[in-house]
Amino acid sequence: MKERLSEEAIAMRVAKELNDGEYVNLGFGIGSMVPNFIAEEKTIIFHSENGALGYGRVLTLDEAEQMDYNFINAGAQYLSPKPGMSIFDIAEAFDAIRVGRVSTTVLGALQVSEKGDLANWSADPNAPIGNIGGAMDMPIGAGRVIVGMTHTTKENKFKIVKKCSLPLTAPECVNIIVTDVAVIEVSDDGLVLREFLPGWTIEEIQKITEPRMIISPDIKEMELI
Amino acid sequence: MKKIYSSFKEAVSDIPDGASLMMMSFLGPGGCPQNLISALKDLGAKELDVYPCPNFGISGALKNKPGYKEYVQPDILVGNGQVKKAHVTWSRAVTGEYSALEHAALSGEVEVEMIPLGVYAHRLRAGGSGVGAFYSPVGVGTVHEQGKEKRVINGKEYLLEYPIRADFGFVRAYKADQAGNLVYRGTSRCFNPLIAKACNVTIAEVDEVVNVGELGAEEIITPGIYVDRIVQIPEGGLK
Repeated sequence: MKERLSEEAIAMRVAKELNDGEYVNLGFGIGSMVPNFIAEEKTIIFHSENGALGYGRVLTLDEAEQMDYNFINAGAQYLSPKPGMSIFDIAEAFDAIRVGRVSTTVLGALQVSEKGDLANWSADPNAPIGNIGGAMDMPIGAGRVIVGMTHTTKENKFKIVKKCSLPLTAPECVNIIVTDVAVIEVSDDGLVLREFLPGWTIEEIQKITEPRMIISPDIKEMELI
Repeated sequence: MKKIYSSFKEAVSDIPDGASLMMMSFLGPGGCPQNLISALKDLGAKELDVYPCPNFGISGALKNKPGYKEYVQPDILVGNGQVKKAHVTWSRAVTGEYSALEHAALSGEVEVEMIPLGVYAHRLRAGGSGVGAFYSPVGVGTVHEQGKEKRVINGKEYLLEYPIRADFGFVRAYKADQAGNLVYRGTSRCFNPLIAKACNVTIAEVDEVVNVGELGAEEIITPGIYVDRIVQIPEGGLK
């Protein structure tokens, strides 16, 4: 097996994608690791759908004495309060998403199609129940949807597909896919390979991507910092 | 003056079989009315239609806090066979393990409605606002649209969503004054102010009941008009 990025490194590359001054909502998993990797010169205002904006750092185990059940984000992480932070109810939190004030949302995915369809709430196409959470709401209003995920499944099956076989979370919503080997943009013409992990060839990445990708004229190696 | 109850048992004693009810159970004990849930279990009312706002209990990484102990989640009502219908956004307790709800849903004991989280919140708000229904853009092109009226407004597709109201609502607040005004601590606010407005009988459990005038008019989040019963969590109560 060729070397691939760790989940932390995917989160690092996602962090680089965020712009100074943006309001950003983070999903579970890779998304929840993003705040650890924001460059010092950038101010990102994080929004959490349980009802917090502009929260401070996520507390680490070394700071356990500060952990409070009443200061958490929707990823079940303990937060540190920060000057300028605001707290509101959950309907208000989703208002900010629906009206487009949250500029970027970072989500995990089980499958993304070449049109940017997202499937991330159920791994079982026949399951009567599952874990939807805020995943269906986020892509509707957020200006930009970034997916952070591994490029293939653990069984080395396609996750970037022509058509999603799993239940959809939202159609045609994903803008950028950051994986453990590539950065891919979803365009009207199809998927555009923008960056590749050093050590990987374009052909090798194409082989683990079901739809045919357009190669960006500005294609370059992935940089994490 | 609001009715201040001295026991949780007394505050829930008139909840009948078949009642609909709401409580917040998002992530961990913050905002979760554990004492009222526990009293409802003891009361044993059955065939309940439950909105656990928005799931029966997950805590995930919150368990990293030293001294973390399992809190009372509304899934004890499922485990106790008191739930007939459940409305959730998330059915799994902890990744990889089946929850009490999943077992009950798979065996057909409990009927489950899945709702996207933001839609859940806005349906509660509609229930607390007295509106008939609303059109929402969420879930178009997914299983969520099944059975829903679809309408194009200004060139965009929306789904008709109905308000949620319940017979009884359990609210977990930080402080109440004797007029029933409530304030919340931190992110435990979340669903609680919505629940307070969306129920016919709203019962609040609070850390502290203070005299009228001790909460500033501008800091009050839930006005007392929505609160029917208050119980102060006693020393040794569930927090």
